[in-house]
Amino acid sequence: MALDKIGIAKRIAQEVKDGMYVNLGIGIPTLVANYLPQGIEVELQSENGLLGMGPFPFDGEEDADLINAGKQTITTLPGSVFFDSAMSFGMIRAQKVDLTILGAMEVSENGDIANWKVPGKMVKGMGGAMDLVASAKNIIVAMQHCDKAGNSKLLPSCTLPLTGVACVKKIVSDLGVFDVHEGTFVLLETAPGVSVEEVIAKTAGKLIISDKVKEMSL
Amino acid sequence: MPIYKVVKNAEEACRDIQSEMTLLLGGFGLCGIPENCIQELVKKGITNLTCVSNNAGVDDFGLGLLLQQKQVKKMISSYVGENAEFERQMLSGELEVELIPQGTLATRCMASGYGMPVIYTPAGVGTEVAVGKEVRNFNGKDYLMEYAFDADFAIVKAWKGDTKGNLIFRATSRNFNPLMAMAGKITIAEVEELVQPGELDPDMIHLPGIYVHRIFQGVNYEKRIEQKTVRSRN
Repeated sequence: MALDKIGIAKRIAQEVKDGMYVNLGIGIPTLVANYLPQGIEVELQSENGLLGMGPFPFDGEEDADLINAGKQTITTLPGSVFFDSAMSFGMIRAQKVDLTILGAMEVSENGDIANWKVPGKMVKGMGGAMDLVASAKNIIVAMQHCDKAGNSKLLPSCTLPLTGVACVKKIVSDLGVFDVHEGTFVLLETAPGVSVEEVIAKTAGKLIISDKVKEMSL
Repeated sequence: MPIYKVVKNAEEACRDIQSEMTLLLGGFGLCGIPENCIQELVKKGITNLTCVSNNAGVDDFGLGLLLQQKQVKKMISSYVGENAEFERQMLSGELEVELIPQGTLATRCMASGYGMPVIYTPAGVGTEVAVGKEVRNFNGKDYLMEYAFDADFAIVKAWKGDTKGNLIFRATSRNFNPLMAMAGKITIAEVEELVQPGELDPDMIHLPGIYVHRIFQGVNYEKRIEQKTVRSRN
């Protein structure tokens, strides 16, 4: 069975290590915060100017001056710190942020990513995505493997306007976990109940199957 | 005579802002936006403005109010998804829009304020953002050359300020405000609380008053929350 959004978030959360500074993009990536492994300490960076992002507030305790990059109300934690937008993107550009997790509409076999524009239809803007993908040491993409019509979104090359070039290293889709390495997708893990054959059939880009391929454990 | 920066209100602060000007406007979403000055710009009815701001407000609040009145010729922003009227004006060609990476927007403001003509950033290399721009390679990585902003006015919002223009910001309403304050030829700061010199601890000031030309205590802040998001108590 293909994963739902929570399943994708749960699997990505396994990649987060103790002591990491992590930026979570809007959409599925924000759910990762709810499934971080027990007993580890992670600092969440919100690119609008906060390190140490906490959970959503209780009803009635929301603060208009305290929001995340998705414009949702949030809280701080002991040790949190505020800073301006230039410092925020400075720490991203200088690779102080260890891990970036964001969504994608398309990823290509050489690691290009498109996630900000559908010409003529959806032109909301790139926000911080271009900065994040151009600078991050480690990028994990959360995405649906196919679009609503069943077409693969893991492609030989992106058809949509690019957010970044040759930057994606790892993908978790609803069908499996993939590395992106030397011009090919590499299947590392299948979602529970999903066959390798299904993944092959639904991946338009170059795909090799790791000889250590296994089923995800969630 | 000391330099006197205090003005009475947004009307006095914005008195010489005219049509065709380029404005830097602080805020992220609706957080930390200069509400009073935006209302004043709407009231003035000036047109053909070029506005540099990370977002475009929502349909009926923030910069959305200027867009509603068709006062903006060009927006330079990183994300405009919350404003349906904006998207409509953009897709129809009524509004000229330059979408730029958020970090580029912030750092171009910083460059202005730090007296640097250009910055180099990897954001947008290989994408449509790079079209027409100079690319240089440093240590094996490509960077785009981006120019410091050249704006007539910067309009920012702070939490507290003193009569010398020193500013303190609060939480995530800081965002672009200190950077834009540094970058304006003339910088207008509206604050929730205006205090006397000496009341702000010099160690705690976020933005030195040298960058601020006009300051006033604002009124009737709505501080609208765009997406109230809460968690349950269990």
